[in-house]
Amino acid sequence: MLTVHALKRLHISASFDLQDGECVALQGPSGVGKTLLLRAIADLDPNEGTVKLDGTLREAMPAPAWRKRVTYLAAEPGWWSDNVQEHFEGWEDALPLATRLGLPSHCGSWPIQRLSSGERQRLGLVRALMLRSRVLLLDEPTSALDSASAAAVESLIAERVSDGTGVVWSTHDDAQARRVGSRVFVMSADGRIEEKRP
Amino acid sequence: MTYIQLAYGDLILPALLVVMDGALSLVLRLKLEKQLAIATVRMVLQLVLVGYVLTFLFSAVSLLWTTLAAFIMVLFASREIVSRQKRRLPGIWSYGLGATCTLLAAGTVTMFALLTELGPDPWYHPRYALPLLGMILGNTMTGISLGLDVLTNGLVRERAAVEACLALGGTRYQALLPVLRDAMRSGLMPTINAMAAIGLVSLPGMMTGQILAGVEPIDAVKYQLLIMFLIAGGTGLGTLAAVIGGARLLTDHRHRLRLDRMLAEKTT
Repeated sequence: MLTVHALKRLHISASFDLQDGECVALQGPSGVGKTLLLRAIADLDPNEGTVKLDGTLREAMPAPAWRKRVTYLAAEPGWWSDNVQEHFEGWEDALPLATRLGLPSHCGSWPIQRLSSGERQRLGLVRALMLRSRVLLLDEPTSALDSASAAAVESLIAERVSDGTGVVWSTHDDAQARRVGSRVFVMSADGRIEEKRP
Repeated sequence: MTYIQLAYGDLILPALLVVMDGALSLVLRLKLEKQLAIATVRMVLQLVLVGYVLTFLFSAVSLLWTTLAAFIMVLFASREIVSRQKRRLPGIWSYGLGATCTLLAAGTVTMFALLTELGPDPWYHPRYALPLLGMILGNTMTGISLGLDVLTNGLVRERAAVEACLALGGTRYQALLPVLRDAMRSGLMPTINAMAAIGLVSLPGMMTGQILAGVEPIDAVKYQLLIMFLIAGGTGLGTLAAVIGGARLLTDHRHRLRLDRMLAEKTT
């Protein structure tokens, strides 16, 4: 279970729990601080507050180990090498996930430069899923996708959730928030989050 | 060993070449006359001043004075490094990193040459120590400033890639490695280019100076080779230290990229 208590980063302040095998949707207007919150949980920016995984404080483990367990995926994932498969420790293992998300089986040799935004977003998700993290912090993971690809992503994440992965899913799509989230949090302009009641 | 001595009067005719540049600037409206005049006056004053300072230092042969002169040279080098950065490191490190790495690299290599190959008596004799340090310092400074510039600009440009690696559990060194490699390459490139072109495209100033002073060309070549080896070592060492130091300053113990620690882009 992920516990976030009085987490502060700039204007945002948040407290919530995330059970194993639970997906919560995070909503709020653009620029309100959803990305800041997800990045702060992953400890990618300086922040204050208490964040625990199964009762273990985030600071009790090295940051890289924390991020392998609690993994943040940006809406526009970054790439540090020239072609797709260089970003994966075992591309062969990642291939089934990639094809499931509608990418061709030979895309491993593709140069990053030729990928569309949607292809980058799906490959970024595959790369993050390969870690088999306990918690996924997904920042608008389908913002560049058509409805069929978005459905494939939702289905894949739902499987991971049923396997016990906790997910925080940031989205602007109300329908998607209701579909993927067992609870929906809304972040307001003052940086606080509240659970949206149906 | 003989050489043709020059009087100040002998420099008047060559100085007319600079006047010619000024005239060209006026005729072609390049608007460089003022800059050219200031640069010329600065050059003359600085060189004459350093001539007198070196004359004093060579006659004093004092460890204290030599160290002081070396320290001042390092300070000017670090100031030059900072002035060449588009984006600057925070606080005292803005100067401190450049100065520390320059001192570490150029100092180590100069000491190495003085204590092993040249062996002057005393070992800190300013006639050897200061020109040697000056040449190594100039090149090390270029390597460090280029390395730091590529590092800081590269981290801003490649921020998404670096943070993607960090988010996936990479350490700060794994995440920064591609940028660090680019920075190292850039820092070393001028030295490698100079080594490749030396003798064919250019005759280095020190070697030319020695030949003009009556040293046999083959002996001047040996000195030049020594200097080039020292420059290569000093530049590699200094650039590596600066790039790694810069990477540490722009990340933190929680393996976070801290571009907020960098000062705003220089606008001039």
